[in-house]
Amino acid sequence: MNLESIREKIAYQPVLLGVFALLASGALAWASSATGEAIAAAEAKDLRDSLSEVLPQGMADNDFLKDTVDLKNGEKTVTIYRARKEGVVKAALFKVAERGYAGDIQVLMAVDSDGKTLGVRVLKHSETPGLGDKIEVKKDPWVKGFDGKSLGDPAPDKWAVKKDGGIFDQFAGATITPRAVVKAVKGGMDFFTAHKAEIIG
Amino acid sequence: MSENHYGSIMKDGLWDSNVVFSQLLAMCPTMAVTTSGTNGLGMGLATTAVLVVSNILVSMIRHTVSSQVRIPVFVVLIATLVTVVDMAMNAWLHDLYKVLGLFIALIVVNCAILGRAEAFAVKSGVVASAVDGLAMGLGFTGALTVIGLIREFLGAGTLFAQASNLLGPSFAFLEMKLPGYGGALLMILPPGGFAILGFLLAGKRVMERRMDEKAAARAELAAA
Repeated sequence: MNLESIREKIAYQPVLLGVFALLASGALAWASSATGEAIAAAEAKDLRDSLSEVLPQGMADNDFLKDTVDLKNGEKTVTIYRARKEGVVKAALFKVAERGYAGDIQVLMAVDSDGKTLGVRVLKHSETPGLGDKIEVKKDPWVKGFDGKSLGDPAPDKWAVKKDGGIFDQFAGATITPRAVVKAVKGGMDFFTAHKAEIIG
Repeated sequence: MSENHYGSIMKDGLWDSNVVFSQLLAMCPTMAVTTSGTNGLGMGLATTAVLVVSNILVSMIRHTVSSQVRIPVFVVLIATLVTVVDMAMNAWLHDLYKVLGLFIALIVVNCAILGRAEAFAVKSGVVASAVDGLAMGLGFTGALTVIGLIREFLGAGTLFAQASNLLGPSFAFLEMKLPGYGGALLMILPPGGFAILGFLLAGKRVMERRMDEKAAARAELAAA
């Protein structure tokens, strides 16, 4: 019998499908195991790069990727990376998220042991291109306006965009996005203050 | 298979049956990524690579696969291929992945790939299928880049913004900005995409009719 005639038989179809499903799972399993290590290494490097971006040079002499503490912030667990110099915690780095105009905005921030922000960066967002995406440092220096701020400076009611009586600029045509980022950073500061003892240890 | 044959496959992919402008396939990625020329180019190149490989694979297995179950087999094949490409790029071309990664996942929903498997690769030889994948992919890339550039220019007043992130610093000369133009945001948002696509489609139709009329006039002249 040749392939032509077998191909039309009903039993051929499930066998064919099964073989292809097996081949596909095999290929995926192989690819996953072959790339797993390299992907983990690349992601760790990404994390290190973004952490060092919010942390000023020379703030840490430890491997802060490994010096972590997990704390509860409401429902969510937050991983805090601790930057130490000569064994003393100098700064804490952690992620906060707040709902923006179109989905969650993920913010990475670094706070020093006195409760002052060292740096803030937006890691991930889906805000409107051309309007809300000015929160990315690549597109606008706006997010650097948080550097050096603390819960006392400005006063708590000034932690808002100018439209709401605060000190942070909003963007023309996009108020919700910067408002969410301000709220996220403020939330991060509150979180740090509340758990300062556990973080600094 | 003559030179001429491959020539007509190329012409088909680039112009006559252009994925976006003639077949009107792949509208989802087209609308989603053409907010700038750079994004359009990136999506187009990633799709071209997947299209060539998927066409080759489908053509290779075309005698084994029966027509009754070919669709699920092709879907599994393409989804597996895209996932493997996604993982491989994430692992070994991580910098490129950070720029193109978003597009790779979107390729799975690109019906043009299954469309070419069905319409061409399943009936044709491996080399012809590879050429078809390349031609269709380049036609798609060209269409996305053109739509992206127009939307970007009208919407933000720039051309090829952030091209150096995609292509490397030596391509920074492509980046242009129109000074003193704030941009019409509507063009970046989805309605602008549909509007631009509509105008381009109309333009292509007009051009084709002109070309047909010219060809007809020439034929008449030759007959007279």
